[in-house]
This record gives sequence, C-alpha cells and structure tokens, in this order.
Amino acid sequence: MTKKSHVQTTINDETVEFLCEPRQSLLEVLRDELHLTGAKEGCNNGNCGACSVILDGRLVNSCLVLGIETEGHSVETIEGLAEPEELHPIQDAFLENAALQCGICTPGFIMSAKALLDQNPKPTEHEVRYWLAGNLCRCTGYDKIVRAVLDAAAAM
Amino acid sequence: MQAFEYIAANTVSEVVTLLDEKGENARILAGGTDLIVQVREGKRNLDWMIDIKSIPEVNEIDYNADSGLTLGAAVPCYQIYAVEDICDAYPGLIDATTIIGGTAIQGRAAIGGNLCNASPAADAIPPLIVLKATCVIAGPNGEREIPVEDFCTAPGQTVLEKGEMLVSIKIPAPQENSSSYYLRFIPRNEMDIAVVGAGASVVLDAAKERFISARIALAAVAPTPLFAEEASTLLAGREISDSVIDEAAQAAQSISRPISDMRGTAEQRTHLVGVLTRRALNGAIQRVKEAV
Repeated sequence: MTKKSHVQTTINDETVEFLCEPRQSLLEVLRDELHLTGAKEGCNNGNCGACSVILDGRLVNSCLVLGIETEGHSVETIEGLAEPEELHPIQDAFLENAALQCGICTPGFIMSAKALLDQNPKPTEHEVRYWLAGNLCRCTGYDKIVRAVLDAAAAM
Repeated sequence: MQAFEYIAANTVSEVVTLLDEKGENARILAGGTDLIVQVREGKRNLDWMIDIKSIPEVNEIDYNADSGLTLGAAVPCYQIYAVEDICDAYPGLIDATTIIGGTAIQGRAAIGGNLCNASPAADAIPPLIVLKATCVIAGPNGEREIPVEDFCTAPGQTVLEKGEMLVSIKIPAPQENSSSYYLRFIPRNEMDIAVVGAGASVVLDAAKERFISARIALAAVAPTPLFAEEASTLLAGREISDSVIDEAAQAAQSISRPISDMRGTAEQRTHLVGVLTRRALNGAIQRVKEAV
C-alpha cells in the first residue's frame, strides 16, 4: 500500500481535510472517506456521468479525477445544493416532472444541469440535450429530465 | 486500482529529470480521462504519475493573429472553445474539441493528452495535422519541434523518447481565405469513438473559386492518424469542382488501410473515408465562402 497523503480542499464551501492514497479517485474519497454518498459509481470510466461533480466551476466525472489532485481546489457535490428547509429549484423541477425513477443517475444529472445553468441560465432544448449527453439514464427516456431542466431554468 | 506514487511537478525540467530517471514506470498525468481509466482497467502499469497541471508552460493558451496559437499540452478542451478568436481562426480544431467525450470529459481532457494517448481514432489529431501544427518536446538533450503528423508511431505509441515530454502544440496563424473542418462518423449523435474521422483545411484564391492549397487528414483507418499527402497536394491550383473533390476523396481512400472491428468493417470504413473527405473539404470551402 502506498503512503497516504494529507489533502486540503473545499467541498460545498467548507474546508475539508482528508487522507488518501494517490490511487483513490475523487469519487472514492467522497464516498468512502468523507461519506458523501450522493455521487454514484456507475461505469467508473467516464461514460455514464453518475459521479458528476463540479470542480472549480467545471463539470467533471469524479471517477476520472484523483482525490489527491483536488488539493487547494473547490468541489461542489449534490449534498451542497439544497438549503436546510428548501430544495434547489433544479431538484424541485426533477420532482415536479417525475424526472427520475430508480434515482441512481439523478445526482449526476442535477449537478450537470447546475453546471449548465450556472453558465447558460436560459438554454435551448438542443443545448440541454447536448450538454447532458455525458449523463446516462436507463429509466426515464430523457424527455422528462430535459423538461425538468428547462422548467428549472424558467423558474430560476 | 493498482498503487502508485503521485508527484505534482512544478517545472518542465523537473518532469524531464523524473521521466529520465523512472523511464517506462512513470507516466504524465494531465486531464487523466484516458490515463486513469487505463490504469484502473489494468491496461497500463506504472509506479509514478507525474501531474503537470501546475507547470505554467503546459497551461499556456496564447493566440495572436500574426504568430498563431501556442497551446500548452495540458489545456483542457473547454478552455479552447471559450476563446472566440481561436474559434474563428481554427474552426476545424473547435469541431473536434466540442465532440471529444461529453461536457464533463471536455472539462478535463487536454489536446496534448489526446496526442500522447496516440489513439488511431483521436479526434483532435486530424485537425492538428491539417492546421500544420507542430509539437514542442522537451527532453534531457533540450527542446525539439516536430510536425504533428510524425508524432504518433503506432496505437498508443509516440516519438517521445525516454525523458521526453510534450510541452505545447503550436499552430501557425491562419492565412487569408482559409478555413478548416473536422467531422467523424459515429452511430449515435455524440459521446462515441470515431468509426472514421476526416479533417480538411483549404486556402482559396481571392475569388474563392480555386484551391491555392489544401490539407486532408484521417482518423481510425490506420494504426495512427494519417496525413493524406497526395490527396492534399493534387488540389493545389485546381478550380473547385465536385470532380476534383472526388479525386481527392479517392486518393484519401487509396492510402487508408482500416481494420474490421466492433465499430465497423474495413469496407465500410473505406467507403466512409470517401464520404467524409468530400464533406470535410466542402465544409471548409463553405466556411471560407461564408466568412465576411
């Protein structure tokens, strides 16, 4: 086993310190070390987007980032989205549109949608579909998800 | 994933020293979208991952209408298409950077990484070839620069010698009445690997009726991305017409030596080279004509 390194990073606006081996992905660190289990492991190779988080304002697959690479950087996860008493408008829109069934892909889709709306508050349907192409859902057929993101954009 | 040591290097010379010392056991980490998967899936063994993202030279993205573009080896795709001048100057490169993976991949994946990964199907390499890009390589014996079409030598293999790293990619400034185009064939709309990819750049005369010069490059039809030299040179000085474009497409087909695999048969790929070469040339010509 390789020696563990001390890493300090910002997660959902809070300074967080953890120990990890270089081989641990950000996804593994989030789930196994920090117990933030919102981001999901789907394919573990960058195809499915279930592990999507926002790193320094950019959408990334947390399975393709090493935990140790986040030293000094800033990570946003699904856990940071809702206020204590209130869901984020994107979360509301997913519920209203029934944009989830089994829910495994949902945290990834919502983080991906947030990254989109952060930089393009009023996307077209085409832009939403293209942006979300890296997130796979095997339940909904995508249409409800796309409508939820467009509704969230209108509500925000 | 197998265990390895991680080093965040701060200078090019530090990386060169490390690579020279560790040899095959060390690998450079830029975006990580290929490397991390390869290590996780046991396709690549290494003891050292050298993260270069803190090195200023590999993060450089500098465009100037006179001198062209210097693109650091670790600059991720999204930073490239965020610069309007670069989108205007090298539309063929932008075609590729916007279709490599999805949004999350483009947030990390670097063009330099696409080169060093040396996939025959790499989407960024044909546009770099047609844009006459060069690779700036640092090594124990100093710096050298080579044309991008000479960089890949086999699937996953490059000209990089022990101790050498790709520092940046240079693309000359676009000429008057020129443009570029890249497209690929995939069975879905996005998030896939090219069955065949084709890039073209053209320089037209002032009337936009004749080729002054052209360059064509192909992906996924040989062990490395290919510069279609004969197809390119035969266009020089010719009047633009469907038949001259067909001639170039046939010349491109004649140098293709595709394999049959799960993405497509050799026969289909050869056919696609003709179709995509025509579309890439027409796309680049159209862009010159539409420019104001």
